Order: sequence, then C-alpha cells, then structure tokens
Amino acid sequence: MSGLITITLRLNGEDVTATVPARESLVDFLRERMGLTGAHVGCAHGVCGACTVRVDGQSVRGCLTLAAQVDGAEVETVEGLSDTGAIADLQEAFHRHNALQCGYCTPGMLVTVAELLDQGGPVPTRAAIREHISGNYCRCTGYQAVVDAVHEVATTRAAQRGEPA
Amino acid sequence: MKTSAFAYYRAHSVDEALRLHAVAGENARWLAGGQSLMAALNFRLDEPSALIDVSRIDALRGVTLAGPTVRIGAMTRHVEVASDPIIAAHLPLIHQAMPHVAHPAIRNRGTFGGSVALADPAAEMPACVLALGGTMELVGPNGVRRVAADDFFLGSYETALQPGELLAAVHLPVPAQGARHGFAELARRNGDYAMAGLCLMLAGGSARVVFFGLSDRPVRARAAEAAIEAGAAPRDVAALATEGLAVFGDLNAAEPTKRHYAAVLLRRELERLTGHKDHAA
Repeated sequence: MSGLITITLRLNGEDVTATVPARESLVDFLRERMGLTGAHVGCAHGVCGACTVRVDGQSVRGCLTLAAQVDGAEVETVEGLSDTGAIADLQEAFHRHNALQCGYCTPGMLVTVAELLDQGGPVPTRAAIREHISGNYCRCTGYQAVVDAVHEVATTRAAQRGEPA
Repeated sequence: MKTSAFAYYRAHSVDEALRLHAVAGENARWLAGGQSLMAALNFRLDEPSALIDVSRIDALRGVTLAGPTVRIGAMTRHVEVASDPIIAAHLPLIHQAMPHVAHPAIRNRGTFGGSVALADPAAEMPACVLALGGTMELVGPNGVRRVAADDFFLGSYETALQPGELLAAVHLPVPAQGARHGFAELARRNGDYAMAGLCLMLAGGSARVVFFGLSDRPVRARAAEAAIEAGAAPRDVAALATEGLAVFGDLNAAEPTKRHYAAVLLRRELERLTGHKDHAA
C-alpha cells in the first residue's frame, strides 16, 4: 500500500474493484471514476453537506472520507437510494413542497434525511428535523419547505407503522 | 482544493501502526475519523508524506467500565459514544455534550480520541475530558505512558503527544455518587464551533469549571472553582468566571464578548444546579 490503493466495495448493490490514488476523496472517486454525479463537491471541508453519501448505512461526508477508507464497505449514493425506491416518497414530497430550487444541495439533503427517517420511532419535531439537517446548507429556498416535506413523510411513514402521530 | 499527494497505510494493530510510523517518518500523520484532518489536507494547511489509518484497530475501539474508571478507546466514533449505555449512566456530561459535536454525518465518522488528540480549542470533548479529570493513555516507540488531562492540553492544537506517539485511550474516573454536572455552549447554529462553552462538575465540596472556545485550549477557571468551593453565590462566582484566564477574540466574538458569555453560561448553570437564584440581575 502506498500512493495507489486497490479497493473493493459494494456500491449501490454492485461489487466494484478499483485502483485509486491514495489521496482521492470518496466523492471524487464516485463522481470522476464511477460516473455517479449525484453527490456534489461544495465546500470540500465538511461544512455544506452537498457530498453526503452512505457508508455502511450511515451518512458521511464524501469530501472528508478517502476512497481508500471505504475498502470493504457498502456505499450507497443518492442514485442507489433512488433506484431501489427507498426514498421515492421523500423525493415526491420534496417535489410537491418545492423543497428545492437549484437542486445543488438536494442529493445530500435526501441522504441525510433518509437516515433520520430510517431511525423510526415517533415523528420527529420540526426542531429535531432542523437539528438533523443543520449540516446541510441550502442557499436558495431556505429550509421551511424542506422541513415541511420531511415532516409530512415522517408522519405518513409513522402512520403506516402504526405509530401514534 | 485537493490534498497534496501522500502514501496511505492501514494498520491492523497498535504495533503495526507504530512500525509503519517509524518507517514513514515524522511527516506521517495518524488518520482516525479524518473529520478535521481531511479538511486541513483539502486546504493544504498540512502536506504530510503519509497517512497511517488507525481507525480499524479493534483494540482502540469501544467503551468499557473497569471499577471506578471508564475507558474510551480512542477510535470509538462519536456516534457510538453518544449511544453508549455506560457513558449515559456514568458520564452524563459527555452524553449531554455529544449532540453539540458538529453534525450527524460528522459524528458518524469522527472519533473521540481524534478530537482529544487534535485539541481544537473550541471542541467539546477535550473540555469534557479536562472537566472529568481524565488520563490519556499514550503508546509510542518507548512503550505506554499516561498523562493527566491537566498536563495534556498545551496550546492551540498542541498536546503532550510526542512525534510517533498515538493516543490509545482516555481513562475517565466515574464521578462520585451525588456529583452533578453542567454543560452549555453558545454557537450561532447547531453544530458550529462554540463561541463560548462550559463544562462544570460539582462533586462533594469540589468543583471543576472548564471553558472552551475562549482561549488557546480548554481552560480551568481556577478562581471560579475556588469561589464555588468557598460557597459563593452564583452571581459572585460568575463575576470571577474568566479571572486570570487568557481569552482571545475571533471572527465570531471579540474578547470582552467572550468573557461576558462565559460569565452568563457559568451563572446560568450554577443557578440551575443549585436552585439558587439571585433576584434582579
């Protein structure tokens, strides 16, 4: 192991092996080598959240993770979550509530919110939703419509699980 | 920006990590969760020759309770500490502080030991460790040594760690029965670094008051501690909050503002813990 690293990972349900420069970030690997351009490179220092993807089921910053570090891991991007239908209700709600304008932050926002919704339990308060997306910046619409969409999906999913509202 | 080029080595044991570091030389860096290091490298604030990934060393992970001491393995991730039942039961200060550490995606990767070893002056975990009177377990080419928190944090991003040494774990004494804790911080948004933060431990007749985000490191407010121990009222303790402390203004708040915030936080937490409220502030 040194300047080039060979990694094997499960990416959106498919096994992938690749040889990458040690310094390559996960988000650059996904965008430049795998052609998965859903995750965006916004600030490159972990503040904006546009690069958020899932590693082993948890949301992580693609810009603060090296591709070398996900050797052996399961990685899911917004493309994978879209293809499986796992976040179809969330995407539909974002659309209906106008919870995006330029869309730059949206993939990261969806991956982050999916983690919150997957936690189950009671419907999160609006404050808890804002807390959870505090690491995802939107510079167009503000957060009101995003919180509206997330709260609606959380409420619907809780009702489907038989949780009290 | 992108990082400069470096070599990457993954260690599977502490011995292997130390060996790799010895070979890679002083310009190598330990890679833990990477949540601060990678940002620094992306900005080229640092250009190491090699990263030695220690995040997968099992011996450095996990929370254990042994007698009156909790051991937190350095590579235990923030998210794991946040949900750990031993931490919740025995170190409620850390349990309460953890949601203030950055954002969920950062807590999923960032490690307890990484935060302590980095020693960001505005970070929560170094301050908690200092308030709890923790001890660092350091491993290096010459074996294991222990350093008390009071002697560990030396300045801005500066600790007692020597080149080639690795923080293996933090040992934290379980506070005495009946001990009470306070935690508070002021930040502009959820997850931002604190403009001023406070960790407070009251046990028996003794007090430990630690501020973060004020100085070049987490600092004990010795004058306030002495005043609490002498039975002073919260407002009188708060007047001494930053007595004798070097406080530095930054982009978020000027020095006098930070001193004011510190006093307000200390008074609020003391009033909450003691039920003592002066009228007419």
